[in-house]
Amino acid sequence: MDMPKTGEFAHIGKSVVIKGELSGSEDLYVDGTVEGTIQLHGNNLVIGPNGHVHADVNAKGVVVQGKLEGNIRATDRVELRKSAVIVGDIVTQRIAIEDGAYFKGKVEIQKEAKPNRTEQQSDAKSGSAPVASGAAAATSSTLSSGTGSLGAAAPGTTVTKQ
Amino acid sequence: MASVTHSFMKLFRGPFTDSAQAARPVSMAQRLTRRSSGLGEVSRTLRSEEPICVLDIGYTSATNIRYLTERGHKIYSEDLLEASTDPALITKDEQGKTILDSRRFLADNLVYPAAQFDIVLCWNLADYMDESLVKPVVARLWSTIKPGGMLLAFFHTREAGPDAPCYRYHIVGNDVLEMQHVEARRDLRKGPTGAVHTAIEKSFRLQRVFNNRHIETLFRDFGSIKFFLTRDNIREVLVVR
Repeated sequence: MDMPKTGEFAHIGKSVVIKGELSGSEDLYVDGTVEGTIQLHGNNLVIGPNGHVHADVNAKGVVVQGKLEGNIRATDRVELRKSAVIVGDIVTQRIAIEDGAYFKGKVEIQKEAKPNRTEQQSDAKSGSAPVASGAAAATSSTLSSGTGSLGAAAPGTTVTKQ
Repeated sequence: MASVTHSFMKLFRGPFTDSAQAARPVSMAQRLTRRSSGLGEVSRTLRSEEPICVLDIGYTSATNIRYLTERGHKIYSEDLLEASTDPALITKDEQGKTILDSRRFLADNLVYPAAQFDIVLCWNLADYMDESLVKPVVARLWSTIKPGGMLLAFFHTREAGPDAPCYRYHIVGNDVLEMQHVEARRDLRKGPTGAVHTAIEKSFRLQRVFNNRHIETLFRDFGSIKFFLTRDNIREVLVVR
């Protein structure tokens, strides 16, 4: 994936180091260092080629070009680019891995949950993405190198330092 | 001179064209296809509707991850050959001989609860891994496989020759594999004897040739062992705990 345009993503530059809990409701591009946890329910995370993340990640979509040590839980898809180095477990609905990526850990595909009205209503209230529960329509892992559309930004990323 | 060398290598590798083809390095992108009887046996378990747990200790293969997750199985991936090239593993034994620290290696790798896996895909790891790690790794694998679980491994025969290329294996069918030449991700270090024993031009090199007795000894703790002879100078071995 190409570098996201400024304004589409909140951007953590390569000289930035963050330790602690990072959460938000907009898409995030990390090209620096993050240690702790990253919570982006319903939004996307891109770890750039210089990114070094030592954290558990919870997001809608995750694209890794740099290094990630920690578990990924993505409600939509995970993409591991050829320069990616990942040590940790991945739980997602779809996964794409480019040839050359290094991965050490478990991959578990969770089937897409059928959205029901109750879930949609509660999600709308809380503003968080639903976590797939492994029922309903069968989806399979896809190994494409497509970029995936990562949504528009909304303000609200917070950083809690420890 | 070239023809003499060619004749010598032909003698070493045997007359089969398959072996000559196997020894010829291919580009990273090129993939060769081969049938695998061992994989055919493993596929019977893979066809199970119950989700099973598979450990792939070869080079990260997106194809294998897709193949297994599409069938609802959990896959664990861990590139042990690459991990064994970590320079921090180099140490000396009681005689002052340089070896790789197997304790340290197993502290960082193959760390799973006991009896977890139904299938372990070992591929050609034992042929290319440093000798000091092979037995400890097999012992650890035994402990992580469920009783009745299987391990699939490939071993070169002597006819394959010392420069048999290191392949990674992609599962593309019930008994069909694609082979792709492996290139090391980092510069490979000098081996215990001082020679660059793991790599030539950033690729792994065959460390030894196991005969059938060596293989039986290596897997003596397992319940059963089955050999499949193939035409490309590889013995496929299926062991059951």
